[in-house]
Amino acid sequence: MLKADSKGVLSGTYNLSGNEACIEGAFVAGCRFLGVYPIVPSLEAVERFLNRCRETGATFIQMEDEIAVLAAVLGAVWTGRKAMTVTSGPGFSLMMENVGLGVMLETPCVIVDVQRFGPSEGIPNRAGQGDIMQARWGSHGDYEVIALSPSSPQEMFDLTIKAFNLAEEYRTPVMIMTDESVAHMKEEITIPPAADIKIRRRRYYKGPKNNYLPFKWDKNFIPRMVDIGKGYKFHVTGLTHNERGYPVINAETQELNVHSILNKIRLNSDKIVEFEEKNTQDADVVVVSYGITSRDVSEAVEQARKEGIKVGTLRLITVWPFPEKRIAELAKQVKAFVVPEINYGQIYFEVERCVRGEANTLSVFHDRSRDNGIHNILDAIKRALKESK
Amino acid sequence: MEALETIKVREKENHPMEPLLRMDRIPHIWCPGCGIGTTVTAFVSALEKLEFDLDKVVVVSGIGCTGRVAGYIKLDSFHTTHGRAIPFATGIKLGNPDLKVVVFSGDGDLVSIGGNHFIHAARRNIDITVILVNNFIYAMTGGQVAPTTPVSAYTTTSPFGNFEPPSNIPQLAEAAGAVYVARWTSLHIRRLTKSIAEALQKPGFSVVEVISPCAMYYSRINRLGEGIDMMRFYHENSIIKHGEPTENLDIKYQKEIVVGKFVDRERPTFIESYNRWIGETKS
Repeated sequence: MLKADSKGVLSGTYNLSGNEACIEGAFVAGCRFLGVYPIVPSLEAVERFLNRCRETGATFIQMEDEIAVLAAVLGAVWTGRKAMTVTSGPGFSLMMENVGLGVMLETPCVIVDVQRFGPSEGIPNRAGQGDIMQARWGSHGDYEVIALSPSSPQEMFDLTIKAFNLAEEYRTPVMIMTDESVAHMKEEITIPPAADIKIRRRRYYKGPKNNYLPFKWDKNFIPRMVDIGKGYKFHVTGLTHNERGYPVINAETQELNVHSILNKIRLNSDKIVEFEEKNTQDADVVVVSYGITSRDVSEAVEQARKEGIKVGTLRLITVWPFPEKRIAELAKQVKAFVVPEINYGQIYFEVERCVRGEANTLSVFHDRSRDNGIHNILDAIKRALKESK
Repeated sequence: MEALETIKVREKENHPMEPLLRMDRIPHIWCPGCGIGTTVTAFVSALEKLEFDLDKVVVVSGIGCTGRVAGYIKLDSFHTTHGRAIPFATGIKLGNPDLKVVVFSGDGDLVSIGGNHFIHAARRNIDITVILVNNFIYAMTGGQVAPTTPVSAYTTTSPFGNFEPPSNIPQLAEAAGAVYVARWTSLHIRRLTKSIAEALQKPGFSVVEVISPCAMYYSRINRLGEGIDMMRFYHENSIIKHGEPTENLDIKYQKEIVVGKFVDRERPTFIESYNRWIGETKS
């Protein structure tokens, strides 16, 4: 760990949108490369980056499509930069090809998905949460991802730093699964002094130049990196490969390669998983939510408590890996789970999987664009409790 | 009668290009009669001649037969996704402008699935060199029709002869904005080497198209003989016409192939323009 580079840190208190706060977090984390293709509702982030990239010495490019964007981001990372992109659903779909490459080349980078309604073009300027499963499963083959879900501009700032730190820690793409509401809302955010912010430095290989193994898995399954141009003459490939990065086409190598990609996240998931739990000690019902939805949940839960219902909340900060153990523990203690999302059930299935029939689990389509959204959550809490008896 | 010379058992010698090849990966996967190997030789010879700092040269490939080049060259090298070698290389060049970035890939990779990236990298004049091996076919997957297959040629997916007009790669590159465009066959080893060296030294987006025999899938289905027969055909039927307008460079089935250097011009590179923009906005 090292202290944040003061060049990128605008310490102080500001009124910023989630999109803008995200970029400030990126600068603090040391990000100096942004690749984008313009898409609503992520553009305030791009403008913020452009306005600040001269003083921070960062590089910006608008590519021809989102496939190219992520390819360029991965290329820039191997030159020693920290790099990111911001997008929304349709662009996120196009990026899936190179998410797989990023996973396979074990390349740290940050992908911000400002979610909107889908499928396809959907509604570009309305908050959605329909890409959560795509973040987990969108590229082909077996892999694990880390995805975070901020619920305020302050968290957009904090979690962007965390995302870069996790990307470097685990040498993997990290996704920030935010939504149009959090990205567009303006709130006061505080950027601490550079000296108070911890930044994860890239883990470099420092041995002899002719002996670098790009995928030499250490005890935590996290291999070391080198930068292009330093004389290591290394090779990496998206094909199934051995430690040296050379393609090897057999079942043993496939197993070794995929297991290491899975294990570096799975074996460390207790360290990675983060959530915020409130009032669950005496709860009959637990509402599991993330992102903008969790703000509406707080309001609905407050109302339910006033009506005498024992209800608690679990807010996901990491969506992936999912807090399986905690949900399973709570399932033994509570009667029901309610999972409001701006989709027709994605994290709901994860909760249901972990609950294993121990409690009633209810999915709520939480449509923020209608004013009875909070009542839907409240009704669902009551219904879940009633059905569980 | 002269005395017979005793045949000397040669001592094991190193391959002359060993410093630039990953000998631990040789033998390579390319078929006998394929032109990719000679193109690699031309590239390596060009690098040796130029005396670049080889620590600063990076090779990026996409997917396909030519896509495997990155895996055999002993430089920092990346084997990326299908068609995305150019945007990956763009990120590398922007991430560290001191690097010499070379994209080494095939016609299907760069002109079909990666066609959009090819056009826009040329338009932006990203300072990279593209060595594009054109074998008229998707060879790695078993010989399907490509956007470069000449009209009437048979492939596994054009069993009655191809009816789609092929891309004229030099014309495409010139129209999109490339500053250096040349075409050779893999038989023009010396000229190809010279062209690759020129392209590597040229600031901006440079393209060297290399017509290569696919002795396995293209030649067999079209009954064009062995690799050596295709090589002979390409050699005897290529005409060197430097500066030929690129609109005249269409390739027709088993007809003459115009080769040479067609475009060599100056345009500000992306990074030059970018730095000017940064500088101007600062003041």
